Parts: sequence; C-alpha cells; structure tokens
Amino acid sequence: MEISITVNGRSEALDVPDNALLADVLRERLGLTGTHVGCDTSQCGACVVHMDGAAVKSCTVLAGQANGAEVTTIEGIGNPDNLHPMQAAFRENHALQCGFCTPGMIMSAIDLVQKADGQLDEGDVRDGLEGNLCRCTGYHNIVKAVLAAQDDMKSA
Amino acid sequence: MANETGIGAAVKRKEDARFITGTGRYTDDIGAHGQTYAVFARSPHARAKLNGLDASAALATEGVVAVFTGADLQADGIGDLPCGWTVHSKDGEPMVVPAHPPIAVDKVNYVGEPYAVVIGESLEAAKNGAEALEADFEELPAVVDLASAASADQIHENVPNNQTYDWELGDKAATDAAFAQAHHVSSLEIVNNRLIPNAIEPRAALGEYDAASGLYTLHTTSQNPHLERLVLAAFVQIAPEARLRVISPDVGGGFGSKIFVYAEETAVIWAAGKLRRPVKWRAERSESFLADAHGRDHVTKAELALAEDGTFLGLRVKTLANMGAYLSTFASSVPTYLYGTLMAGQYKTPAIYVEVQSLFTNTAPVDAYRGAGRPEATYVVERIVETAAREMGIDAAELRRRNFIAPSDFPYETPVALTYDTGDYEASLAKALEHADYAGFGARKAASEAAGKKRGIGFSCYIEACGLAPSQVAISLGAGVGLFEVGEVRVDVTGSVTVVTGSHSHGQSHETTFAQIISEKLGVPFENVTVLHGDTGRSDYALGTYGSRSLAVGGSALIKAIDKIIAKGKKIAAHMLEAQEEQVDFADGTFTVADSNQSLTFPEVAFAAYVPANYPLEELEPGLSEKAFYDPPNFTYPAGAHICEVEIDPATGVVDITSFVAVDDFGHIVNPMIVEGQVHGGLAQGIGQALLEHGVYDETGQLVSGSYMDYTMPRADDLPSFTVDTTVTPCTHNPLGVKGCGEAGAIGSTAAVMNAVTNALGVASVPMPATPETVWRAAQA
Ligand code: FES
Ligand code: FES
Repeated sequence: MEISITVNGRSEALDVPDNALLADVLRERLGLTGTHVGCDTSQCGACVVHMDGAAVKSCTVLAGQANGAEVTTIEGIGNPDNLHPMQAAFRENHALQCGFCTPGMIMSAIDLVQKADGQLDEGDVRDGLEGNLCRCTGYHNIVKAVLAAQDDMKSA
Repeated sequence: MANETGIGAAVKRKEDARFITGTGRYTDDIGAHGQTYAVFARSPHARAKLNGLDASAALATEGVVAVFTGADLQADGIGDLPCGWTVHSKDGEPMVVPAHPPIAVDKVNYVGEPYAVVIGESLEAAKNGAEALEADFEELPAVVDLASAASADQIHENVPNNQTYDWELGDKAATDAAFAQAHHVSSLEIVNNRLIPNAIEPRAALGEYDAASGLYTLHTTSQNPHLERLVLAAFVQIAPEARLRVISPDVGGGFGSKIFVYAEETAVIWAAGKLRRPVKWRAERSESFLADAHGRDHVTKAELALAEDGTFLGLRVKTLANMGAYLSTFASSVPTYLYGTLMAGQYKTPAIYVEVQSLFTNTAPVDAYRGAGRPEATYVVERIVETAAREMGIDAAELRRRNFIAPSDFPYETPVALTYDTGDYEASLAKALEHADYAGFGARKAASEAAGKKRGIGFSCYIEACGLAPSQVAISLGAGVGLFEVGEVRVDVTGSVTVVTGSHSHGQSHETTFAQIISEKLGVPFENVTVLHGDTGRSDYALGTYGSRSLAVGGSALIKAIDKIIAKGKKIAAHMLEAQEEQVDFADGTFTVADSNQSLTFPEVAFAAYVPANYPLEELEPGLSEKAFYDPPNFTYPAGAHICEVEIDPATGVVDITSFVAVDDFGHIVNPMIVEGQVHGGLAQGIGQALLEHGVYDETGQLVSGSYMDYTMPRADDLPSFTVDTTVTPCTHNPLGVKGCGEAGAIGSTAAVMNAVTNALGVASVPMPATPETVWRAAQA
C-alpha cells in the first residue's frame, strides 16, 4: 500500500506491504536505526516514537496506521550540538549504559513529562516508565534524569 | 594536580553522544548489500528423535534461497560447539562431554534447539520457508527436574546418570571433624532459581564472505570477539583465524549471555561462505528466552557448624547444578571454580567442604550470568550465616563481625583455594549500618506492626573473585584459554591518542574510563583520546569482557603500555634536550630535565618520534606506539555489605523494599559516576532474582516463562532508589589498585533481600522469587 508520513519533519511517500510495522519501516526503509526492537510482545518500549505528538510503541503500529501522521523518532528531537533537555539530562545523570533502551526511554519520558505538565514526583516517573525495560541501569539514574529534565523543560 | 578528566573524576561519558541521539551502531543496524535473512527452525519438543526432515516444500517457497540441516554442516566438516573449561571429578576423571552440534542432527534436547536454518531473500520468505519444513519427530520423555535428573532417563549416549562431573573442593575430613565438635549446627535447603539474562538487545549476527580474498567477516553481539573467532576457527573450523574477522560493534548489554559461542552466529557465518552472500539474523525475544544461555539453577544443602560463642567452625555444602541440555562455552566452571572457591565469604571459617554434581536436563543450556557462581555462593553463605544468627540469638551483624577476616590477616589464604589480598569488611559493614540506620530499625518495625505490616532487615556481606584471571592458575584448573588482556596506545603525530583494547564495552563505558586513564597518565586532553574495541581486525588476541575484568586486567595492560610510551618518550626527550635519560622526568604531560628549566610537551616529543629530524635513529625506532599484555598475578576481591529493609503487607504478600544500602569496596575508582551506575544495575538484577524473575519449565520441558508477559523483569515501579557508597582498600597487585565493580550488585543483593523477607515473616526460608503469592502463603503459616 501507498502511505505518506512525515518523519522528523520530512514527508515520505512509501509503498509498503499491508502488514509492515512502523518500527521496521523506520529502520529498514528510512534508515532510522535509532528506533530499536527489543521484543515481540509489545513489552519493552525500545521502539517508542511519537506519532502525532503522543508516544507509541512502533512495533505495534502498522505502517498503514501511520498514513498521514507526523512521526518523530529519537533522531528528530535534537543533535549533539543542540540536545533536547531530556537527552541532556540522560547524559548528565548517567541514565544509560549500553544505550539500547535509551531511545525508547527518552521518547517515553518526554511524552510523560509533557502530559504531566511538570508535576511528576519519583513515584509518578516510576509508574509512567513502567512500559520501558532497561536491564542495565536499575532505573535509579533514569528516574533522576527525568525529574531533572522536567525542571529543564519547564524553564525552557 | 587535580585532573578534571583524570582518574577519580565523574566525567560524563563519551559514548552517550551517539546513544542519546539514536546514532549508535548495533549489529542489527548494520546491513550488507544483497544480504539474505536466516530463520532457525527450533524444536517444539524438549526431547525427541529427529527421524527425518523434508525440506522440499520449504525450498519451493517463494524467496527461499537455501535450507541447511545439521547434517549439511557436519558433511562440510563443521565441528561441535566446545566447552572451554575441563572440570575433573572427585575420582580424577575429566568431565563427560556430550556432542553439541551447532544444528541438531538426529535428536533434539531442549525446546528451542535449532534443527535447521532457512535462508531467504527476505525475512518473511525465510519465515515462510521455516513454517513449511516438515520434521519427523519421535517424542521421548523429557528430563526436567534437577533434583531427580541423576536417576532419570539418560539424555546423552555417553553420559551415564546425566552427570558431567561430581566435583569437590576442600578438606572433607577436617570439615567433618569440625562438625563433630560443634556447639550448634544450622542447616538450610536452598534453591537458586533459574534466571533468563534478557539483555534488551537480542542477539544478532551478520556474516559476510569475500570470495576474492577468502576473508570472512562476522558482525555479532559478542562480549569477546576474539574468543568467538578462536572457537569458530579452531573448533568449528570455519576458517583459520587470519581469514576470519569478528566485529562486536555497539552491544546492547550482555550480563554474561553474550560471552558464549552459539549455534546461530556459527550457522550464519558458515552459510555466508557456502552461499557467497551475506546472511543476517536477529533473535526475536521469544528466541532469546528459549536459546540464550540461562543462569543459576542450583539445588543446595548447606550446613554451618558453630562454637558456643558463634565462631564458625566448618561449612559443608552439597549442590546440584543444572547444566541444561549441553555444556555451553564456560558452563562447567560456573558452579565449581567460580562457586566453591567463594565459600569462605568474608569469614575465617577454618574448614570447608563443597561437593557439586553437575547434571544435564532437557532445558536450555545454563552458563554464566552476571556474577556467575559467585551470587550462588554468596546466597549460600549469607543465608546460612543469617540463619545461624537467628537460631543462636546473636545479632546478625555481630555474628558476622565476630567471624570476619580482619585487616591484619591479609594476605589471607582460605580453605577453598583462594588468597585474598586485602579488604576491610568491618569498615564496609559499619558504614552500611549507619546508612541503613540500623539503630532505628526497632522503632520502624514497631511502627509497621502498629499499621498491620511486617518489617524485616537483612544483611549480605559478600565477597567475589574478579579480574579473571591469572592464566596459569586458571589453566591448571582446567581453563582452555589464557586470561590475560592486551592494551595498545597509539600516539598520533600531533599527540592525540588512540587506545586499542581487547576488552569490550557493552554498557561498561570503556571509551570514557580508558580515556580518563590516558588523560591522567599522559596529560593528553580527554577529548583527544579515542578508544577502539570490539574488533579482531584492530586489536591483538585478547579475552574480552566478563567477570568484572575490564579495568583490573584490561586497564592494567593499558598502564603497562603507557609505561612503555613514557619510557620511550623520556629517551626521545633526553636526546632532544641533550640530557641523560635518568635526568628526564615526566608529569602532567611534560618532559622536564631535573634541575633545569628545559622541558618538552608530550605533543612535541610525539612529533619528533614521527618526524625524526633531531632523533637518535641509530638507537631508537621512530614512532610512538606501544602495546602490552598483562596477566594478573591473582584475582581481585571486591567485597562489601548490602542491607535491605522491607515492609510486607500480610494481606497481599507484596514486598516493599523501603531501603537498600550497598557499601562496596572496589579498591580505587576511576569514575565514581560509572561505578554507581554499575552497582545500581547489578542491584536491580539481584533484587529481580529475589522477588520477580523465574525461568520455569513445565514437566514436559516447555518453557512456561518464555515472554515478557510471563517472565517478570524488574520495571521502574518494582524498584526503589538505592543508597550506594564505597570504602577503599586498594588491590595490592595491579597497577591501578582496582578490583572491578560490574557484578557486585548482583552478587550481594539477592541474599540481603531474602534475609529481610524471612526476617519480616519470621520464617526460616521462603523460595525465590518471593512473589506476592509465595509471600502471602508464607505469611499465613
Ligand atoms: S519492540 Fe518491545 S515494545 Fe516494541
Ligand atoms: S541502558 Fe542498557 S538496557 Fe537500558
């Protein structure tokens, strides 16, 4: 099927199989390999991207469902010279080790902070990131980073 | 001079720039022109004869390029997957090793064992092809229960009683004598539950073959690419090492599970050569559950003999260890030399005897998982010590103190073959007790009781042997490889530095910490240092990363190479400054001549080495690039005290960790931020084992916990924030004085949690994981 999606501000017209998953299209067709695939049951959150402003697990979205949507991936939120406050907070707080969960974790965290409008405490962050697995960090520094980014995003 | 990017500084990580922007390069992110896709057909049965395989429909499936069976690999001379550590039984006989073909030939022995690989033009084509395979299985009764495995059906023709070895360590007679004199004996039956490692990046491989050069290139998710290459060359017989390059690019966590050489990358690199086309494979998570090597899985009886004042007299341990269906790469060493040797813990127990019988079952192979043997040992020692304290009515901290090896006792030779170099166990415990506010525990317990809750506190004073390993010791105990490490320092013409290390980072942050070492020792700006790792084409043969060895062994190799750089730099500087070599000093990036104002910067000397105008060419080779191998003289012995406090709601059985304190002694620390992160991650895994995680097979050998819906991974809302601190007794025998920090969290924490849970419930033991149901049942008793 033919779809047109805007990914990180660029419009793309693609011919994809009906059963193609958004995660695979991002990775294989658009070369956006920052979006990771860590499971097959929609449980790990490594694949989280934003679709029309909300976090979605791109392994669970058909590319066809994204037709006409605006998609933002980890590659679209900042770059080394101009990091998104969440990216900066992850670095500042050592909230990543192997980095594999990180793109999905950051995309989920941004969505969490935006929806909460700066009101999150530690428990809220832990509950809010329940859909993202990290095997390296024990979450301690991820929670710290998200709380720090919340302040930065408020003042930004 | 305090160096802001030197040793001891909490420098932010170099590797983060790519990981937070989505530009890391993991194996699955790499593709090759014209690549094909591999899908493995996996056994649905725990144990069956494979009487035939009809691939005609698969081969006729659109887009299928080839179907390969175990017989095809064998016919091509492809060898078995070896186990690299030969353990000997009590009777002196070497362990019994069953055949382990990468792809099953005529029988399958666990659910998920590959019996064919289908290669397709697309992943979908390969999947369709695999679906179309018709395998003729004749099911056999599966051996699943470890406790009865020795008397069950024989799985492998050459392995009677399903036993690979029956091993012992320590002095049996002395230990029996100690028990005969005991005032009190505590005993405990312990099950160390099976865990499934679950690095978030699934294993993957991309095999390529270049017909023009005859060169194979394998990108794969390995913690030790050289070991992978050695096994694929020497045992599997893909090609000589010189024609085989193994690259581990960014790797998304390993925790041991990516040490081993598996069927999948073996088949992928072989098939790439056969087909003369690149072959790509990435595990789906369900394949990771089925076919990654699992961890732990012991059944143990432990007994501790004590004198009237609580002095430990003897420890007797008998363990059954599950090997799964085959011997994975280092499986045999985990419940023996990484387990029995740790039974002294932090204590002066004079007599110890350990017996371990390792058995096969029709389950996935079991091998090293974060801590590997040492968490199991700590669990035995710290659970039985805590049990004894309760039975004898001695405060659990006090009983430990009475038996600690004292700082004045080092070096201390244990009755189980290790010599601890240094430590101060009382110092870590004291600091931990303070952080945990042990004095206030009684009041908190009373408050919980008033609210209808049960509160408990648990200790774990662990020790581990890390920095694997002195090669000659390991080889004498059965290791098939040396365990040194290599480090190379290439100074560039303008004075920047490229480090090539044989260690591999899959989260450990070598690109940062190794650059800190260079910054400190050579005065080169941190940003001018690049660390390369994970490529057999770049570094010399070395052993990779596991057993908390990267800094202790790899970092020490780097220091040796740095020393050579400085020594050569002094020679060059002496020539340029017309001084004697002995008069030249090097500090903070500057060569100076004693008692003079003459000096040269490091970049000036580097430049002279490559543009040798004023240079002693007749005595000295040009260039400034040095390499060193380092073989450690001993293990390192990180140790510490973990204290867990829990509150349990007896109505629901939910365990709430109200505080977790870890005070660890890792010797000197290069980057405290990174060390804390390593501890956090280890704690999460140890707590996960205690409360959440369980690899379960049903009686037919089906993996019941085969997905994230069934296997409970620790999530953010399952864990508390941790209190982490350190004490320092520098390692006495490596140049950095470091001990290693990668596994401590997972080694110490499990026992602390279970000691707290049993303390809260007032029961002798609770099985792991202490899920709400388990705890609720225990609370009703
Ligand atoms: S890949 Fe695991 S949730 Fe999408
Ligand atoms: S940083 Fe490795 S999984 Fe999160």
